[in-house]
Amino acid sequence: MDSLAFLLSRLQFAFTISFHIIFPSFSIGLIAWLTVLEALHLATRRPVYRQVFEFWLKIFSVAFGLGVVSGIVMAFQIGSNWSDLSRMSGPIQGPLLVYETFTAFALEASFFGILLFGRSRVPPWFYLFSTAMVALGTTLSAYWIMANNSWMQDPVGYVMRNGQFVPNDWVAILFSPVLWVRFPHMLLASYLTGAFCVAATGAWYLLRGQFHAEARIMLSMGLYLAAVLVPLQLFFGHLNGDYVHDRQPVKFAAIEGRWHDEQPASEVLLAIPDPASETNKYAITVPVLGSVIGSMSLHSKEVGLTDFPRADRPPLIIPFFAFRIMVGCGLIMLLLAWLGTWLSRKGRLEQSRVLLWLIFLSFPLPFIAILTGWFTAEVGRQPWVVYGVLRTADAMTPFLTAHAALTSLIVFCSVYTLIFAFGVVYIYRLLRAGPAGGLVEPTPGAVPQRPLSVVDEPLEPTPRLVPVVTSAAHRRSTGNQPW
Amino acid sequence: MVTFWVSVLAVSALLYVLLDGFDLGIGILFGLTRDEERRRAMVSAVAPIWDGNETWLVATGVVLWGTFPIVYATLMSAFYLPLLLMLAGLILRGVAFEFRNKTQRMRWLWDAGFAGGSLVAAFMQGTMIGALVEGLPIAHGEYAGGEFGWLSAFSVLCGVGLCLGYTLLGACWLIRKCDGEVRASAYRLIPYLSLALLVFLVVVFVYALAENLQVMGRWLDRPYLFAFPLVAAVAAIVLTVSVRHRRDGPPFSMGALVFVAAFGTLAVSFWPYMIPFSITIQQAAAPHSSLAFLFWGAGLVVFPLMLLYTVMSYRVFRGKVHPSSTYH
Ligand code: HDD
Ligand code: HEM
Ligand code: HEM
Repeated sequence: MDSLAFLLSRLQFAFTISFHIIFPSFSIGLIAWLTVLEALHLATRRPVYRQVFEFWLKIFSVAFGLGVVSGIVMAFQIGSNWSDLSRMSGPIQGPLLVYETFTAFALEASFFGILLFGRSRVPPWFYLFSTAMVALGTTLSAYWIMANNSWMQDPVGYVMRNGQFVPNDWVAILFSPVLWVRFPHMLLASYLTGAFCVAATGAWYLLRGQFHAEARIMLSMGLYLAAVLVPLQLFFGHLNGDYVHDRQPVKFAAIEGRWHDEQPASEVLLAIPDPASETNKYAITVPVLGSVIGSMSLHSKEVGLTDFPRADRPPLIIPFFAFRIMVGCGLIMLLLAWLGTWLSRKGRLEQSRVLLWLIFLSFPLPFIAILTGWFTAEVGRQPWVVYGVLRTADAMTPFLTAHAALTSLIVFCSVYTLIFAFGVVYIYRLLRAGPAGGLVEPTPGAVPQRPLSVVDEPLEPTPRLVPVVTSAAHRRSTGNQPW
Repeated sequence: MVTFWVSVLAVSALLYVLLDGFDLGIGILFGLTRDEERRRAMVSAVAPIWDGNETWLVATGVVLWGTFPIVYATLMSAFYLPLLLMLAGLILRGVAFEFRNKTQRMRWLWDAGFAGGSLVAAFMQGTMIGALVEGLPIAHGEYAGGEFGWLSAFSVLCGVGLCLGYTLLGACWLIRKCDGEVRASAYRLIPYLSLALLVFLVVVFVYALAENLQVMGRWLDRPYLFAFPLVAAVAAIVLTVSVRHRRDGPPFSMGALVFVAAFGTLAVSFWPYMIPFSITIQQAAAPHSSLAFLFWGAGLVVFPLMLLYTVMSYRVFRGKVHPSSTYH
């Protein structure tokens, strides 16, 4: 095996998956929020809910489209760079991914179409139902992916036969306790992403003195939602930590920055770990807290990294810092959400420009927390790809050359960067244009299969381009709409 | 169970080739013209359906992984570079569909991405098929050909051939969906494309004889295989006649039939191998517990739904498109 090719493959996987996860988490969160909005609209009949709904539906379509485009590569690179993994774990991971893809397809095929074009043609309750079904679809999608990844973190329900993982207990795989703490953690992370992006947009409009009615709804709903969700997320984060403590003690030691056994253990809040001397420099620690967090006891013994052979240890630096960044983001979000909610209850939020600025600037926090959370989980799992069973180094395509790996890394980086830049600028323009543009009128050629086509905003403030595509059906479908 | 999943795979792969085939072909044709009016007509002839077409590629990929992991692992890693280029091409052309309408300054970029991406994706697919036919170097159940083991005169030839084939399908689709100048030029192009394709087939045949490819042996063993070229020949004749008489409907169906025949030829001459002459279907199949888990949900429920949905979306999108009618 070529060790440079190995490094490059890991980089490539980390890059493409990190890029991909940004869009799904945003769209899973948005669509859940849109469901709530639509329910409020039905309940109160206030047109402003509708206005906000239509506006974010556009953003959702673009994010969803970018998620689909960036997801295609994921399905193939597992085979191309990690052929031994895909050969061995195919009987388990393959079916899970088939379910993911098929679920996503079934949802696009049916309810997403209604969401985009059916407003005038289905009863309002059914429209709400469709929105909820799309939300359910993205949630199921996330479930299958998390099932996939959780199986790699904590392989269950299989026997080894002919060098393959052969499933013998699907129930154990689908209802693994690890999955059922990680899946809610991921889901809540997505909802928080939606909530903070919406709140930040509201704050932005208020700072600019625009779209008052819509902005207030975005801001207060986003904040209320976050005020409830962040504590829940911290609770599930704690459960995540519990499972890591029980099932992946090496990863736990790396996260905690604990080099040596301690009894009772202290908790390292911050430090500069030094792998060479296997100690922490400039450490800020709290005595005994480590035992409390790890085992809910005042004198438990907690294991350190040096208990394990070098070959079985993950690198400590990345999980250590990534974890602290994630938790830090969570705490800042908690602070902002509670403070904002409190002021908003008292009706003083809009006067506090400082807080509005902070909320506006907070929109990257959930994204950062999600990425660093994944870094913690994935890097902390090293050197295993299927924890305790298959080493990452043995999972790689054995004959992959550094040359080929470098080529693919460069190609994916440039293609993704191009798309990402264009997509982000585009979402930014849509956000800046704001909800004043009126209700979404799908362009004549827009179809559920092409979420990006729903919005027909030009990227540049040049003379407006005319939609080009059309079809008999969609002319029919858009021709007689009351709006 | 194994038979069921082989059929699902075959149907997905065939659907992919047919459906994405014509829209890749249109992407290639798109690169041949500079005229904005014509380009728009071409884009509108595929815009509402191309994404659905590409879904079949992802479906084929994941089903292959879930049901024949060994084949998935071998092919994806053996075809590392062509796969990479194909994916990059598909992504670029996928976003180009939407992005080209959203910018004027950068439109050239997305136009280049659209045409170039389509061409590269088509060429790489052909090359991979060619390499499969020729036989991948496999030792002890593992690919042993190195970075460029898939590259040969024959596979490049097949790459060119598939580009031609897709372009022909694309032209037939344009005839069906468009009017005016686009339709007329597609009609003018078809005879050349067909001729080129014919030349390609002859060259492949001669090459195969000269190289004594293993596939040829199969043909002698299984004379019923000749039914497929016969179907293709009939389809080609009907295509020629209807192009002569400028009948818009049949050419696409006939072009598609030629592809079905070619696909059938390959499938039957490989049988029972999945990677020709080294890995059989039985060897590669995932364990029963995996196949059964997939069967009751994805196989029995979702897959038929996907087929139904594909049929429906084409029914909804039948008839000619009139890009000019939406110019305000
Ligand atoms: C927690 C959520 C999540 C995570 C961790 C991943 N994805 Fe994803 N993925 C989604 C959530 C999602 C989604 C929200 O369901 C998307 C975005 C838009 C869509 O259609 O589905 C999606 C799209 C999407 C598609 C396109 C499906 C289509 O054509 O409609 C593929 C092939 C993948 N993903 C594959 C992967 C793979 C192989 C992953 C990991 C290795 C992965 N995704 C991680
Ligand atoms: C959004 C979800 C995911 C994210 C953000 C993520 C993130 C990462 C990161 C950052 C790495 C690099 C670790 C390192 O190189 O040290 C990695 C490695 C890897 N992950 Fe995940 N992962 C995700 C889901 C998955 C899933 C679902 C699979 C399998 C189907 C998977 C399989 C792998 C493999 C094979 C590696 C390569 C091993 C390595 O690079 O060390 N991951 N992942
Ligand atoms: C006190 C706060 C938190 C704690 C204690 C916590 C704990 C953890 C732990 C221990 C892991 C690693 C799980 C593993 O290795 O499998 C993890 C992963 C992760 N965290 Fe957190 N977390 C917190 C806050 C957050 C927040 C606020 C977000 C996002 C908004 C977030 C998003 C994630 C994600 C996306 C992952 C990777 C997926 C997974 O492994 O489940 N976390 N978290």
